[in-house]
Amino acid sequence: MIPVTLLTGFLGSGKTTLLQRMLGDPAMAGTAVLINEYGEVALDHHLLERIDETVMLMKSGCICCTVRGEVAQSILDLIALRGQGRAAFDRIVIETTGLADPWPVLSTLRAHPVLQSQVRAGGVITTVDAVNAPAMLSGSTRREALRQIAAADVLALTKTDLASAPGLPLQLAALNPTARMLDARTDSVAEIALAAREGRQVPPLEAHHDHGAGMTSTTMVFEEEIDWTAFGVWLTLLLNRHGDRILRVKGILNLKGEERPVAIHGVQRLVHPPHHMTAWPDQDRRSRLVFIMEGIDPSLLRRSFDLFQKIGQRQETTS
Amino acid sequence: MCALCGILGCDDHWTAAVAREGVYSRLTSPQAHRAEAAARARVVNRALAPLRITFGDWQKRSYVLRGPTGKTAIFEGLNHLWAEAEALAGREIDPLDPAYLDRLEG
Repeated sequence: MIPVTLLTGFLGSGKTTLLQRMLGDPAMAGTAVLINEYGEVALDHHLLERIDETVMLMKSGCICCTVRGEVAQSILDLIALRGQGRAAFDRIVIETTGLADPWPVLSTLRAHPVLQSQVRAGGVITTVDAVNAPAMLSGSTRREALRQIAAADVLALTKTDLASAPGLPLQLAALNPTARMLDARTDSVAEIALAAREGRQVPPLEAHHDHGAGMTSTTMVFEEEIDWTAFGVWLTLLLNRHGDRILRVKGILNLKGEERPVAIHGVQRLVHPPHHMTAWPDQDRRSRLVFIMEGIDPSLLRRSFDLFQKIGQRQETTS
Repeated sequence: MCALCGILGCDDHWTAAVAREGVYSRLTSPQAHRAEAAARARVVNRALAPLRITFGDWQKRSYVLRGPTGKTAIFEGLNHLWAEAEALAGREIDPLDPAYLDRLEG
């Protein structure tokens, strides 16, 4: 399966500079690139094709099956070229400029009937400009930028040579406590890409952060083992109704009947296949879930979660 | 439907992922698959009880939802469950709605 990494970030935040660094690094040889901004697809700097933002629904009524038809077709074309021996690559980077929200592309990778067996999500890298981000995060344009930051597996800080922005890492960590923070200028691009692909930062145990404008990140910690079936029913129901306001969910779960932990990772309505980890990262066996959300009351979220877990346990004892 | 074991729910939804390396799956055997499907049906039916909708399968080939007036919705993937249930109910099913939670708790 070919990993597909999304490179996003606010206008002027340094996406293209990071992309250029990536393409110039021998460690990143074999990277095909789709660039949305210019309507072009570049493969090994040579092949160019056009993509648009056509959206299709796989089946009416189910928003998580939204497919961006032209993105899907462009990836399929790349794979066909590879199959014909006309292109050699083992990863794809999509620069999602102009798509403020990376979710539709992630959804395409997951929902497309052919792509889902050919590619896998390779994580989201969001560039954050050290010069402008501190002001922007508190300015009127921030909602769009916040959503991009919330979706990130890696926050790549750019222009760090131009501004020190000492408070920025803390600001970003409060907003997306699950993302790794790396320097786009000095850290190796291979490390940045790998961190995005792995995307499995263990969620921290901190409690609640409020970012104003209704955006919060909240961590729920559970002492009891989790009932997987009830959890799945609950989260799918929650994301069906509130997926556009739940920008990110990430967690590590101690499931009833399982020795090893299971990592959960979702962006809006899209949840990636649960990862069965090989071992617990430390002695702490408590489950924890981080939600980054807009306008959702964390206490209601917790009440709802607990109630569904209770239902799961009840069903188990009566079955 | 799964071509190997003839059970619904092989659509590789994240809650019922096909068993493969690194991915958490409960579909490790036909028996485990059936047990998980039955457990899921119990929880879904409990979640739908306040709306008087029931969930099950149709001839082991599709999922089916039945409303209080006998109206049904048939669909194939778990992805579509809640959108279909809301369409049948004619309203949103909101797990953060205190009134819904009260009814679920009662």
